[in-house]
Parts: sequence; C-alpha cells; structure tokens
Amino acid sequence: MVPASAYLILSAVIFTIGVLGVLVRRNILVMFMSIELMLNAVNLAFVALSRQLSNLDGQVVVFLVMTVAAAEAAVGLAIIICLFRNKKSVNVDDFNLMKW
Amino acid sequence: MEILIFSILAVVAVVCSLLVIVSRNPVGSALSLIATMVSIAIFFVMLNAPFLATIQIIVYAGAIMVLFLFVIMLLNLRKDEFDPEKRRVQRFFAILFAFILLIGIATVIDMGISSSKSVESSSGAIAPAGVESLAQLLFTKYLFPFELASVLLLVAIVGAIVMAKRRL
Repeated sequence: MVPASAYLILSAVIFTIGVLGVLVRRNILVMFMSIELMLNAVNLAFVALSRQLSNLDGQVVVFLVMTVAAAEAAVGLAIIICLFRNKKSVNVDDFNLMKW
Repeated sequence: MEILIFSILAVVAVVCSLLVIVSRNPVGSALSLIATMVSIAIFFVMLNAPFLATIQIIVYAGAIMVLFLFVIMLLNLRKDEFDPEKRRVQRFFAILFAFILLIGIATVIDMGISSSKSVESSSGAIAPAGVESLAQLLFTKYLFPFELASVLLLVAIVGAIVMAKRRL
C-alpha cells in the first residue's frame, strides 16, 4: 500500500509547479490554469490525508473546494473576456493602467 | 502492483503539469491540464474515493476545462509571443523561490510524518466512500457550508452573465 507521505510529496510537487506557472507565465489564461493546478494538488492532499486518518471530512472538503473552484473559474473567465474586449490582449504586462 | 501504478501515474501527472506551464499554445496547456486532472481522478480511485473521482472528471475535466477552451476559442488566441530576454532575472528568482517553497513543504511533510508514527493507519479497512456516507456528512455536519456553496454558485452565475454580456 502506498503511504500517504508519497501522495503528499506528489501534491507538493504539483503545487509548486502551479506556483511556478503563476509566477513565470505572462498569458493570463495559463496563469489561471496554474491556479487550477494548485487547487487540484490541494485536493489530492486532502483525499490522501482523509484516507490515512480514516475520516471522511477530507472528502467533503474536497467537494466544497471543487464547487468554489468552479465558481471562481466562471467569474474569472468572464473577467478575462471583459479585459480582452477593452485591451485586445491577454498579456498581463499590458494591463498596466494602475502602474506609476 | 499498486506502487507500480502509483509511480507511473505520478510521473504522468508531474510531466503533464510541467507541460501546462511550458506550452506556448494555450490549447496545449489546457489539454495537458485535462490529462493531469484525469490522473488525479485515478489517484482518487486508488485512495478509496470513487465518488470524488467521478465528480472530478465530470466537473473539472468536463465543465471547467471546456469553459477554458471555449474562452480560448472565443478570444481567438494564437501562440504566445515569447521574449525570454526581457525578464531573465525575474524568471530565475521565480524558479529559485519555487524551489525553496518545495523544500519548505517537503520539510513540513517530513516533520508531520515522523511525529505521527504512532497514528498508524488502519486505512486498508475503510470501505470505498460511496455517495451515502458522503451525503451523511454533507447534510448533517456540513449543512451550512453546503448551503453557502449553493448561494456562491448562484452569485457566480449572475456575475458571469452580467460581466460577459455585451449590452446590459
């Protein structure tokens, strides 16, 4: 049986790759996908620990996290569409109205 | 046998998540993300959570990623113009700090594992969590978050429609 620590390390690696995606990429859609990657990594950690502690609360939390992720994806993509309508670009470096 | 499947799937998941952040084409990133989500769904099945695996495929890979692909198609994106000369320093520091973050998380996991050796998992014994046991928890102990989640979904629907309309 695979130990829970293996799942936790895998979850940490995927989470770090998501963080890298948000920091390095400049395309806002790819940044959004990296955020979804981070959420998936956290879900994996929750379910792994839920099995290790034989407690189903972790799975209910994953259920609620997926709901929040769906809502956030819908609203975030609507915002991106509005941004694109105004600026005709998805490069975050072009959204610099509030820079000094 | 399970360790073999876990290793193969772990390699697939990590490679696909690297492809997400490395692809120049946003459609390539979306497809790699779908592959990552499917491998995580298989992990859920291995972790005695078949209902969550189904929900992951249906909601994440089947709805959210389709929404992403629709937006990519709507915005008619081409390949990214890549200019690596411009922010080499920022990229180096980003990778450095991500590496430090990974070391930090791995340290905390290690501390947690070594201090909980007494909590020996009898986790081979629990049955796969069907819909009944999850529903039991969801409608008694987590009833308030459940209702809040439905309100959140309503707000998200209204917000997305209002913002994406051309003319109110």
